[in-house]
Amino acid sequence: MIVDFFLTNRPLWAVLISLVAAGLILLSDRRPNLRETITMLAAVGKFVIVLTMLPDVLAGQVVESAPLKLAPGISLHLRADALGLLFALLSSGLWVVTSVYSIGYMRSMKYGHETGYYASFAVCLSAAVGIALAANLLTFFVFYEILTIATYPLVVHARTPEAVSGGRKYLVYTLTAGQLLLIAVVWAQVVAPGAEFRPGGFLAGRITPPALDIMFILFILGLGVKAAIMPLHDWLPTAMVAPTPVSALLHAVAVVKAGAFGFLRITGYVFGPELLKETNLGSLLAWIAALTIIVASLRALAEDNLKRRLAYSTVGQLSYVVLGAALITPMSLVGGMFHIVAHAFMKITLFFCAGAIYVTTHKENVSEMDGIGRQMPLTMGAFTLGSLGIVGMPFVVGFVSKWNLGLGALQAGHPIFVAVLVASALLSTGYFFPIVYKAYFGQTRETYSRHEAKPSLLYPLVLTALVSLVLGIMPNFGLSFYQLAKMAAKSIIASGMVLAGGGQ
Amino acid sequence: MTAHLPALIVISPLAIALLLPVLVRLSAELVRVVAITSALISFTSSIGALKYALAKGNWHYFFGGWPAPWGIEYVIDPLAGGMAVLVSFFSLLVIIYAGPYLVNKPAREKGYFYTLYLLLTAGLLGIVVTGDVFNLYVFLEISSLAAYALIASGGHRATVAAFRYLLIGTAAASFYLLGIGYLYAITGSLNMADLSELLPPLMDSRAVVIAVALIVIGLGIKMALFPLHGWLPDAYSYAPAPVIGFIAAVMAKVSAYALYRVLYFVLKATGPVSLALDVMGWMAAAGILFGSIMAILQRDFWRMLAYSSVAQMCYIALGISLANTMGLFGALLHILNHAVTKGCLFLVAGSVNWQTGVREIHRFVKMSRRMPLTMGAFIIAALSMIGLPPTAGFFSKWYLVLGAIQSGAWAFVIVLALSSLLTAVYFFRIIEHAYFKEPLKGKDGQRHATEPAKEGWELYPTMLVPILILGIGILALGILSEQVITHLLQFALPWRAF
Amino acid sequence: MLTAVAGYINFWLIAILLLVGVYGIIATENLLKKLMALNVISVAIILFYLNLGQKAGSTVPILLPGAEVGVVNAYANPLPHTLMLTAIVVGVATTGVGLAMLYKIYHRYGSLEEPDVLKEMRQ
Repeated sequence: MIVDFFLTNRPLWAVLISLVAAGLILLSDRRPNLRETITMLAAVGKFVIVLTMLPDVLAGQVVESAPLKLAPGISLHLRADALGLLFALLSSGLWVVTSVYSIGYMRSMKYGHETGYYASFAVCLSAAVGIALAANLLTFFVFYEILTIATYPLVVHARTPEAVSGGRKYLVYTLTAGQLLLIAVVWAQVVAPGAEFRPGGFLAGRITPPALDIMFILFILGLGVKAAIMPLHDWLPTAMVAPTPVSALLHAVAVVKAGAFGFLRITGYVFGPELLKETNLGSLLAWIAALTIIVASLRALAEDNLKRRLAYSTVGQLSYVVLGAALITPMSLVGGMFHIVAHAFMKITLFFCAGAIYVTTHKENVSEMDGIGRQMPLTMGAFTLGSLGIVGMPFVVGFVSKWNLGLGALQAGHPIFVAVLVASALLSTGYFFPIVYKAYFGQTRETYSRHEAKPSLLYPLVLTALVSLVLGIMPNFGLSFYQLAKMAAKSIIASGMVLAGGGQ
Repeated sequence: MTAHLPALIVISPLAIALLLPVLVRLSAELVRVVAITSALISFTSSIGALKYALAKGNWHYFFGGWPAPWGIEYVIDPLAGGMAVLVSFFSLLVIIYAGPYLVNKPAREKGYFYTLYLLLTAGLLGIVVTGDVFNLYVFLEISSLAAYALIASGGHRATVAAFRYLLIGTAAASFYLLGIGYLYAITGSLNMADLSELLPPLMDSRAVVIAVALIVIGLGIKMALFPLHGWLPDAYSYAPAPVIGFIAAVMAKVSAYALYRVLYFVLKATGPVSLALDVMGWMAAAGILFGSIMAILQRDFWRMLAYSSVAQMCYIALGISLANTMGLFGALLHILNHAVTKGCLFLVAGSVNWQTGVREIHRFVKMSRRMPLTMGAFIIAALSMIGLPPTAGFFSKWYLVLGAIQSGAWAFVIVLALSSLLTAVYFFRIIEHAYFKEPLKGKDGQRHATEPAKEGWELYPTMLVPILILGIGILALGILSEQVITHLLQFALPWRAF
Repeated sequence: MLTAVAGYINFWLIAILLLVGVYGIIATENLLKKLMALNVISVAIILFYLNLGQKAGSTVPILLPGAEVGVVNAYANPLPHTLMLTAIVVGVATTGVGLAMLYKIYHRYGSLEEPDVLKEMRQ
């Protein structure tokens, strides 16, 4: 009985564990070892809870926790389906890695007020997993807003005037987006009471243009800020004032991917393929994404600060996911979903490297990085691997998603987007290779002895780099991310066909 | 004893209030104990009465045994019972909070404070439980007079503010009195239930039109509905902290309740009322924006909260004006949520001022270090004011937006969204100061941040605990908002909700 | 038009009295005069209620020995009178509280002119 209660409500525990941890961390103020132990325990615990749901989901079941009724007809409801589990697994898994890195990084930086940092981090992860496992729009929105707020203390963590103004900008963008999203969510609730995500969408036949168009645009604006589509991306480079682990996990994985993930949910599970094709809204979103990919890559070329360059790269890469969601063909969906995973591993590696370099040498600009590869060979090796992945080289994980996205574009009958992907690959070569080149072959007057970052920084980044390599060769390795993406894509498209056949 | 619970709700604070000026000659400590006991009696009786009303239907209590419509009738329906619980809960909470605040005052002043405080409580509870429109006027004036005097006790500025409040407030009560005079003139009755049966055939009469206009203006002033809010900012920003904690939490809401009661239960929201509701809706929308913008412009924390109250009262008015189930849920839920939230905020403001002497926003620097728990409660309350999940404020906003979309009032939807952003501007400014700003160094090397007026890390428990209760309450109300709706608010609508 | 005025002449006069009071609150700058204007309003409302209770040729509602029982129209309606007793009490209390405040204000500010008081208060 108790076992059943525990098992069926696993999605709920997965969300709650880090919330509880956040409370405990706040209570353990001024005892660094205790709060770091709690963080690690929560991270591992969360990952394990999410992991136990994997076999069930792969077997085609959904793990559903009992809905907590919030109002007649709507409830706070968590459910692990293939897409949700993919994101939940990814963010909770990377939290474990990032926690190790965080502890090393924060101890080196000596900010002196880390309690709030660890607590906010834990809350962010609760929110990210809540977003992943949300079964309806209200639940999604609740966690989406919690994520917005919980990230704010992390952005302003340094407490410099620069950080405070960066935080302000972040809030202006995200809170405005949150309100627009709220309107869209409430509207969807009025149109279709319950607003339960359903593969293939639930809005078909309930709302017609132009109301439909306006609602879709509200969703784009609401989610677009977190997914950093242009021109709503500007907060992300500014938010790079945050400590590097925050940039790594939140500004490359949890927060921004929550927006991209939201697009997948909206196109695949709210509007549905049929509705988007009929109204051409899908192409509108696809064009926005394509534009973002190109412009962000161009913008990245001009950045000297390494973290900001990575941020612009993130802006571009996120739009791959959005593009996949917008094209909404079987391959593009797989590509988009898998790119959530692929980009996460590559970009977290790159950010970890940037942080390791900063902690070890206090360099944060590309122009100062001459010869750094000779000093930190492992770190720069990982960095090179990550860059190759972002460029899209075969056998690194980025290739898998891009290949699928390219095929998806052809499936959708928009070969132009293949050209966009190719252009983006060339541009990313343009902004990453100079770094790698400088690192290994740059001439400096200083002579470096070999001096790697300390282990707690080094191991995580080597690990994520290796994973990007392994997943590039065997995309299903370990956690079956590719399988999950395929299952989710299939459910969306299949039910779309049924809908079309049923004439709804 | 239990047969007279509805009477006890009001009689307990009223009678004790009259006793206190005598008791204070014996012992000031005794006065405090007696006053708290009386608030407690009120609170428990309210809960008892509410439980009865929910279990067995409306409780009609005839004062002195005279049946309505001849005698004065107290009616405890779920709406009145819920309001009574809310008011008496705050009365109890804030009277406990007031303890340290009064500690250095002479005994006589303590006696006066508790007397007036209990009179205010009695007045507000009377408004809530009475089933008679004239009796409502009397209680309105009892509560207002006590409030004027309490506000005036905050020093010379407060006295001026209180006097101006007295002028406007009495004029407002007079408008209300005139309004029910018109209703009396055409029906010959003052009993709410009786009126609601007699009025429907007369709804087109010009007397009803005038009555509606006068009642809306009168109670609109009392609830500080924009643009009739003029008295509020001064009164709220100069009153003593415990007073304002109570007044800001429930007093304007009780007037909003009275307006809701009269418009929906007595006048059935028909005829001229729907026009009045339309006008109210637009006034509220304008007021939400006005209040939020004015709040941004303030440099004084208290005054900022006061303008924020102007905006938030307009949320309630907006919900009432929507006249659909979701809108009314939003309004009623916001009466509850805003009471808890704004009560918490004013108690925080009062405590910060009491502990450190700080009122201005720019001097909040590093407050999070000095009063971590208090500021924690403040953050929760601020998030609730902005309307972010999972705090209580989000859910009232959710229903308001839902109601507005259902009636196709897109302008109101936009106003509600915009208001959240404006609210975020003025609350995050304080959070920034309290948590993330380093103190500025002055020219002479002295810190700008004020030295603490009193030593010590946090507040006295008697002040801290009420704040924490409210802070946790905000979260609890957010998570349990569905329970509140299904178990209480759906019975507080003029029609069946589901 | 004329009948509308003449038939309700007492109510029209009350309306004028009420407006005089409202005007007084808005237009005068002296706080004491504002308080007096407030009293004018309350007197107007009291008169309004009392007028509602009056009937042509009626007498005080006291059952005198030998009077007929049940002849309602012979008596004025007592309810408005009792209501107004309460209203008068409220009015007196309000005036009392107001005067006490004015006393304090005058002590502190040395003036009862609103602009002067506000000017000093806002400093």
